[in-house]
Amino acid sequence: MKELRLMKGNEAIAEAAIRAGVDGYFGYPITPQSEVLEYLMHERPEKRTGMVVLQAESEVAAINMVYGGSGAGKMVMTSSSSPGISLKQEGITYLAGAELPCMILNVVRAGPGLGTIQPAQSDYFQSVKGGGHGDYKLIVLAPASVQEMYNFVELSFDLAFKYRTPVLILSDGAIGQMMEKVEIGEQKVRLTDAQVKERCPWATTGKDANRERNIITSLDLDPNKQEIFNQKLQAKYKVIEENEVRFEEIQTEDAEYLFIAYGTSSRICQKSIQLAREKGIKVGLLRPITLFPYPSKRLLELSKQVKGILTVEMSAGQMIEDVKLAVECSVPVEHFGRMGGIIPSPGEVVEALEQKFL
Amino acid sequence: MAEKIINKDIVKEENLVYKKTDLLTDKPLSYCPGCGHGTAHRLVMEVVEELNVQEETIGIAPVGCSVLAYEFMDIDMQQAAHGRAPALATAIKRLYPEKYVFTYQGDGDLAAIGTAETIHACNRGENITIIFVNNGIYGMTGGQMAPTTLPGMKSSTSPYGRDVQSMGAPMKMTELVAQLPGTYFVTRQAVHTPSAVRKAKKAIKKAFENQKLKKGLSFVEIVSNCNSGWKMTPLKSNEWMVDNMFPAYPLGDIKVPEE
Amino acid sequence: MTEEIIIAGFGGQGVLSMGKIMCYSGIVQGQEVMWMPSYGPEMRGGTANVTVIISDERISSPIINEFDTAIILNQQSMDKFESMVKPGGTLIYDSNGITRHPERKDINIYLVEAAAEAAKMETTKTFNMIILGGFLKIKPIVKMENVIAGLKKSLPERYHHMIPVNEKAVKRGTEIVQEVQILN
Repeated sequence: MKELRLMKGNEAIAEAAIRAGVDGYFGYPITPQSEVLEYLMHERPEKRTGMVVLQAESEVAAINMVYGGSGAGKMVMTSSSSPGISLKQEGITYLAGAELPCMILNVVRAGPGLGTIQPAQSDYFQSVKGGGHGDYKLIVLAPASVQEMYNFVELSFDLAFKYRTPVLILSDGAIGQMMEKVEIGEQKVRLTDAQVKERCPWATTGKDANRERNIITSLDLDPNKQEIFNQKLQAKYKVIEENEVRFEEIQTEDAEYLFIAYGTSSRICQKSIQLAREKGIKVGLLRPITLFPYPSKRLLELSKQVKGILTVEMSAGQMIEDVKLAVECSVPVEHFGRMGGIIPSPGEVVEALEQKFL
Repeated sequence: MAEKIINKDIVKEENLVYKKTDLLTDKPLSYCPGCGHGTAHRLVMEVVEELNVQEETIGIAPVGCSVLAYEFMDIDMQQAAHGRAPALATAIKRLYPEKYVFTYQGDGDLAAIGTAETIHACNRGENITIIFVNNGIYGMTGGQMAPTTLPGMKSSTSPYGRDVQSMGAPMKMTELVAQLPGTYFVTRQAVHTPSAVRKAKKAIKKAFENQKLKKGLSFVEIVSNCNSGWKMTPLKSNEWMVDNMFPAYPLGDIKVPEE
Repeated sequence: MTEEIIIAGFGGQGVLSMGKIMCYSGIVQGQEVMWMPSYGPEMRGGTANVTVIISDERISSPIINEFDTAIILNQQSMDKFESMVKPGGTLIYDSNGITRHPERKDINIYLVEAAAEAAKMETTKTFNMIILGGFLKIKPIVKMENVIAGLKKSLPERYHHMIPVNEKAVKRGTEIVQEVQILN
């Protein structure tokens, strides 16, 4: 029988990490995601699976521990919330530059600065446009439920190792803190060192006589080689864009208007659809599950069918730029959002839809 | 890659008095002639060779003059962001407790931008080896003041000499980390004379062997010269080091495990 | 069936754990559940509230404008949430510490004197279970046997000896809940 538990999003991530056979977690406390580290420490994963869990001296150290572990071929992850993720950006661009697979969780809170500990979606630009320096992208997954928090751990690592790239789970304080029913998966056995060597022939697992030494670096002082490397990265992102777009549609079949929202906002929009349809407004929802790669193609198709698109974000309007680019100005696109840790209510969203389009 | 120069007329097996360890690659070192880094690299690789642990060793290169250390050491290596080498080493060692893991860092990397990572790796007693090459200056970026620059010493960012009042006093990281319960073996060495080289190698070897004991971190400072940054000839820079650096950074063991 | 509930009171009254027990009971009988607390510095003393949704279908928004049921356990929460009950909805409260009783005539109002009742039991920690009993009498959305199963799942093993007294408290709640008539 399936094991069902009532869990917070943050706890689900932590349990999923143990179950997925993750080798190491390195983190630093920050609200609203400290339960990840707390849960892991409480669960004694070193006894359950041999997983290493370490409270680092800072977010900066934690992301660099992830770099070290990932460079040695292990499944490693970190988690934080917005201000902490800003600190990690240096490490993240190095991870991208060294093509290292890993998972990073951002349980977003409102900014800028110390902001507040309440949920927000104001780190969209930072997540999908490259929060650190250089031309790089992360695969960005946006869970909208506690079950997806759980499921996306394994998905993250599958994608990370498939493409040798860091994967970011972009969650928020609401999904991190809310509890829902979670179906728990089987315990996977962690890879042995020999299996790691086989999966990651590029990793620093110790140079044996059969191969050249492995070097993990993001440095190449020769601009010609550096450009070739950059082209290779861009080509990889292209493949990811072709193969890894994920999204969900709700009541779009007959929709005359469209909500576009991810994460917590998408949950609110589902209720707004119900309220709007009770008033006779035919509205549907496109929920991007991957924010990079973005479901632009499907969005363009849907734009031909609807009279207007409302993006709903807990921000000043960031994703709306990608929506506008995707629909090529073929239909009016408006933004509705709340900021500073306020979650919009379903009623407010319907009012905004009426105000902007009806 | 430079081609191997083998002049069979000169190099005869019976004439050999010294042989470069196989664990240094044939790539010519990019360090300035007279710099201590080359010797320090050689000692680390000789130790790895003598312990026969090439397969078990993972090194971390810093940012600084030795950023390209992985070009010269024939082992698996990672290159860290500036100052973060001990964080990388922490994770690698914890994920591979039986491997030999070391960082190779300069004074800017270890004692300025990476102070937190250094102190905390030491405090947690990570079973790793830190090789800390201290030449009192930022070499790679062109001779700027380091945390270890001596009082009155000129650099491109202290052109009238380091003013302790406004710029702080030299940071004695090695004495500092010796205070932490997590360090097991802390020593300060140099590589400017044959006898110093022998002592330094012995210290590095001990620092590597200690990893098997799992009793904490081994920290080896190597006080070195930077003839380019100091704007001296190699010979003069070594004399200056003996006269000025050694009084501030006295050589010898600072923390030795009880036998 | 979808029941959207707000439980609000002081920290320490067992507001959050009551919500969890409801959710566990829902899981036991195969329903979808959602528990969304207020969190942060306001957790440190002061008010605590949690939104609980139990449904036969996939749950949409964790943030809602109006509730089917409000369970209100202090005056601040009365001031905040009385107006957010749907017309025809339910408000359940304990009069302990209440200085202004609910006034709406378009909702059903019930009183559970749980604080007074808990004082008569072996432990006052049963307060929230008495409230839960009152709620379940009015809105039997989860079966009593599933509440006990939910309790078992939600309580750490070391507190399992407390289950009988909690069960008793839930039953007591079903007995003492009373409808309040608002007179003109």
